[in-house]
Amino acid sequence: MGNIKQKDLILYSGLIILGLAAPYLFSAFKVQLTYLCVLIVLAMTWNLQGGEMGYNTFGNILFYGLGMYLTASVQVGMFFPLAEWTESGGEKTFVHTTAQYFQGIGVGLLVSAIVPAVIAGAIGYAILGLRGHYFAICTLGLGIAAGEIAGGIEIIGAGQGFTTPPFPAEIVDTEARGKFFYFLSFALLVGTFIFVKYIYGSRFRLILNAIRDNEDKAEAMGIQTMKYKIVGWMCSAFFCGLAGGIMGGLIGYIDSTDVAFDGREMGVFMVLMAILGGKGTLWGPVIGATLFHFFKEGLWTLILGWQYVALGVLIVVIVVYFPEGLMGWLREKYPERFGEVIDEKDRKAQVELK
Amino acid sequence: MLMVQASLDGILLGILFALIAYGMALQWGVMNIINIAQGDLVILGGYIAYTIYLWGIHPAWGVIISPIIMFFVGWGLYKLVINKVVDRDLFISILATFGIAIVFQQLMNFIFGADVVVAQSEYGTTMLFDNSVTLPNSKIFSAFISVLYAVALVIYMKKSRLGRAIRATAQNARAAKILGVDTEKVYAATFGINAALCGIAGALISITLTLHPYVGLPYTVRSFMIVIVAGLGNLPAVAVSGMGLGLFEEFADYILGTEFRIGAVFMLLVLILVYRRFKLSKKREYLK
Repeated sequence: MGNIKQKDLILYSGLIILGLAAPYLFSAFKVQLTYLCVLIVLAMTWNLQGGEMGYNTFGNILFYGLGMYLTASVQVGMFFPLAEWTESGGEKTFVHTTAQYFQGIGVGLLVSAIVPAVIAGAIGYAILGLRGHYFAICTLGLGIAAGEIAGGIEIIGAGQGFTTPPFPAEIVDTEARGKFFYFLSFALLVGTFIFVKYIYGSRFRLILNAIRDNEDKAEAMGIQTMKYKIVGWMCSAFFCGLAGGIMGGLIGYIDSTDVAFDGREMGVFMVLMAILGGKGTLWGPVIGATLFHFFKEGLWTLILGWQYVALGVLIVVIVVYFPEGLMGWLREKYPERFGEVIDEKDRKAQVELK
Repeated sequence: MLMVQASLDGILLGILFALIAYGMALQWGVMNIINIAQGDLVILGGYIAYTIYLWGIHPAWGVIISPIIMFFVGWGLYKLVINKVVDRDLFISILATFGIAIVFQQLMNFIFGADVVVAQSEYGTTMLFDNSVTLPNSKIFSAFISVLYAVALVIYMKKSRLGRAIRATAQNARAAKILGVDTEKVYAATFGINAALCGIAGALISITLTLHPYVGLPYTVRSFMIVIVAGLGNLPAVAVSGMGLGLFEEFADYILGTEFRIGAVFMLLVLILVYRRFKLSKKREYLK
């Protein structure tokens, strides 16, 4: 056991050093790296729902978008009247000082983590009583409804969008903005990973898996399934809200349906990334998100205009042909490496049968 | 008078929704798939009618041409993708058809442009109650055609050989197979018929409402909603709940404002599902 622990230690410290050094090594790609961190966070939190709990949700985009709006609103609203800001060009008349900017985003992120988690808890009882495809469609409806409704509310910019506070101009270092958001998202990624890894080693994960495999039996065994389902959803909402808050600051402009509640892009991406990597594994979503991001960034510019067609085809191909994902495929190929015990005699017998 | 106006608009619109929902119920019941691309098939059907309108043919002919083309589109789609998701987890079909929907949206965006378009039927309007209620004749026409096709389809499903094969497959696919029904062909035909229904609805939408490449999803959600309220294979209930939905939408539009119309439709979906969930959970059951 000690040997494996040491290998893990080397792997994790290596990854953290790589993560910390990345903005200096690939300084031209800081925004892309920030995106990658956020995508991994979204994929990992989706996996808690879809992979571990078996509740395939399209609704995590709701928390992502909420986090985005909340962070920006708090950041503005703490110091200036929000309505005047969003009305038109508020960002030109009101300027955040450096201290105000960082205070604002700090408080904003705090709010954007807590409020979505509270909302998930509040609606969880109603929504999580649905199962299977009804849950999927219901959450899809929730995400889109949120986008449509946000697009009609004046104080957060309605249809014309919401410009988030620009990075303080007093900081002369031109690289500072990119680095700030990168490290913020990297910290979120590390936090999420530690949290999810903790869940993977806990009884909570076993309960979630029991719910996935057979909810009625789990209930019959005396597990209060609803309680655990809601807690699981709240955990996802917490991290999705934070991810949204960081993304809002990075993009600098929030549109109700194209940026915040972007079910057509981000909402599908998180599902796709988790499935691509392998549902129900710790590393699957990480690998899936990384692969997806490289694929997307490499291809998006080459096939300008056709990217959505490619995305749609990719969804169909992945879902129809690789529903188990990369980790599932590896698991089938090398079961020993996943800690599955294979009876050698049995395997030989199977080979002979073929 | 606004009430009368909204009610009439809602009912006429609802009949159209019911037609799309009937296609949804058909494929759901027979093949056990939920087709997220349903709305995009509708919009594609609409664009076919719009294209013939651009060629100078009256767009009303779209209700005959569009379903014929859409039948083969549906058949092709089945052979390409759908046959691989039948018999699998419903979530797989939801995601796969979501992918198809994205492809369709983007291709329509390339071919027909991102503008909102409408085919002019030039049917004029009917004025009722001292000109206080205006009713476009195209809406009456569309409701009439919807009813006509729905009745024709019901008779076809009852009497024809294929219709009976489809109903047999819906009841028990294995038994149907044993008794010599080519289920693969039945599935393809079902999906084709569904696409044809979407084609008719699309052609009617092109003359009564507006077309845009990205407005497919609301139609999918509307038909899904109608089906879960009415149940599979209950045509009168589908018609009634379709009209109910149309009424709801017109009144939501009138009370909340047009910008919240689509939002209200999606919220209604959530509310209906949650309502049914609470009702069933009293009996310790859940939606299946």
